[in-house]
Amino acid sequence: MNKPGYFGQWGGAYIPEVLYETFRELREVYTTAKSDPAFWQEYLALMGSYSCRPTPLTHADNLSRHFGGAQIFIKREDLNHTGAHKANNVMGQGLLVKRMGKTRVIAETGAGQHGVACATMAAKFGFACTIYMGEEDVHRQRPNVFWMEKLGATVVPVTTGSRTLKDAINEAFRDWVSNMDTTHYVMGTVCGPHPFPEMVAWFQSIIGQEAHKQILATHGKLPARIYACVGGGSNAMGIFQAFLPDTEVELIGVEAGGKGLDTGQHAARLASQDASPGVAQGYKTMFLQDSDGQMRDTHSVAAGLDYIGVSPLLTDLWEKGRVRFAAATDQEVMAALDLTIKKEGIIPALESTHAFVQAFKEAGELDRDQAIIINQSGRGDKDIFTIAHAFDDPSWKDFIRKKGEEYAAR
Amino acid sequence: MQLAEQLRQARSKKDILLMTHLVLGYPSFAVNREVIHQMVANGVDVIELQIPFSEPMADGPMIIKANQESIANGTKVADCLAFAEEMAAQYDIPFLFMTYYNIPFKFGLRDFLHKAKEVGIRGFIIPDLPPEEGEEYLRLAREFDLAPIQIFAPTSTEERMRTLAGHGNGFIYCVARRGVTGSRTEFDASFDAYLSRCRQATDLPLAVGFGISSREDIQILTGKADLAVIGTATIRLVEEKGPEAVGPFIAGLR
Repeated sequence: MNKPGYFGQWGGAYIPEVLYETFRELREVYTTAKSDPAFWQEYLALMGSYSCRPTPLTHADNLSRHFGGAQIFIKREDLNHTGAHKANNVMGQGLLVKRMGKTRVIAETGAGQHGVACATMAAKFGFACTIYMGEEDVHRQRPNVFWMEKLGATVVPVTTGSRTLKDAINEAFRDWVSNMDTTHYVMGTVCGPHPFPEMVAWFQSIIGQEAHKQILATHGKLPARIYACVGGGSNAMGIFQAFLPDTEVELIGVEAGGKGLDTGQHAARLASQDASPGVAQGYKTMFLQDSDGQMRDTHSVAAGLDYIGVSPLLTDLWEKGRVRFAAATDQEVMAALDLTIKKEGIIPALESTHAFVQAFKEAGELDRDQAIIINQSGRGDKDIFTIAHAFDDPSWKDFIRKKGEEYAAR
Repeated sequence: MQLAEQLRQARSKKDILLMTHLVLGYPSFAVNREVIHQMVANGVDVIELQIPFSEPMADGPMIIKANQESIANGTKVADCLAFAEEMAAQYDIPFLFMTYYNIPFKFGLRDFLHKAKEVGIRGFIIPDLPPEEGEEYLRLAREFDLAPIQIFAPTSTEERMRTLAGHGNGFIYCVARRGVTGSRTEFDASFDAYLSRCRQATDLPLAVGFGISSREDIQILTGKADLAVIGTATIRLVEEKGPEAVGPFIAGLR
């Protein structure tokens, strides 16, 4: 018998005592909402009118022809309001915050997508909002900081630790232990203490529920494989869940290979040999850590994948052999992004492009009457600064230089 | 003698006991040595040795920095165990380990508790290990006769406090307020009500920590708690005035 909040041997709720009651209340409101069909109807209506659900499943016929194998379909989570699948989770948790009667939300963010989504939800529902973001990510993702602030959120640059996503999570918890009476912590991914992994996966399951119907409607049968990038794992769990019972559908999670798995500068927990079981940030999973249990620095061109841990749900599915893991390097990501833009006129986020890399490696192995789905978790055009920088684009750099001179002259 | 009994006996001779805290390897083991010497010479009754962890979720800025810099200086868990052994052999007061769960988990829980017992450690404070997740830890603590210190918070209900106390030994660490280590605590009527709820829930000695930094604070706690916990205050003092300031500071607290 599994303890609640455990997936195989992974998960749990390793929380300080001061949050015990807060988590009891959260579990209760989540469990009640989950068993209330009206709640899910309210959620679907909200996502249909405020975001762009159902998001389309696009047949990428040029890319399919290019690789000469499987028919490539792209699940377009980039077309959600705020440009990523993160909207699914924040709007769901926003509805729970209303039920709990709290007035303030806090969140961590890496790439800034979850921060923008959370600030948007707070603006719509009238909550105060504070976003914790690693100082390094604040620099990497300045446009998202601009939008969070415009949306009325306070953005706090986190200067502890490695100044990235994991440190932003620690800071959000430190805020929460002081302000739990008024404040809900909107965790952005399927990690952290129970019930977050399960609850966030529930809100994200809308992706797979749609994709399951859509692929049967357009392709007439189930896909051979589904690819999703994995940082914490929320978009992957979102699309995978609906296909878990269909054992003929192979599920592939793609992690950040950074500068290469052999360099140590990556964020591949399950696709590399470098992670080991650990307990941090409130849950048990495979972490990138040293032999003493100290967390290591990770690297990825995509801030949203640059994280030490991975969802306990995915670690369990990996251990059981249901989800296969691969890694894509920064360099492979830039090549796949360029190809996708040129062939399909679609601009995936750097995070999402990791899934494209692995799909492109494998599409040619399959027959033309087979289908694969790539979950495009977010759009890249709003990350123009990051992507232009990653492409090392000369005319963009020239533009920035001139813009800088223009501001300096004032 | 068991830790709880030892503390009760010490308490019968003093109005309030003092527990101090330091982060191992910060700023160095040499400074830790000097600080502990001054603490013991000035009457500290229990010392909490924090093994640094890269993700100290329950700590405030000062202790976060100490954790980070200690790890950056190269502090290893093995160094902490060796240092604890040296201190426990040298001084006749109880030493505890405070750390986050990943440190013993990664070391191997049984090996860690066994080793801690061997080096003379008397108990543990692990803020991210509630009893629901700590079944094996609690069992091993009993096996090795080590005190698994349980934590009460102002948000804990009476029922919850009784559950926690049932798993605890040594003493109960009562977190004085919400939030993380290192900021001020207001000792108002609701604090008094909280402490009397704590007192009703257990017969174990009560330690109060978080934001305790002055003689006035200790006076307020005298008669209400059995131990006062000084954490961030001495780390700040060492940072600002050097380890030699610790002795006079401790001497002036009671």
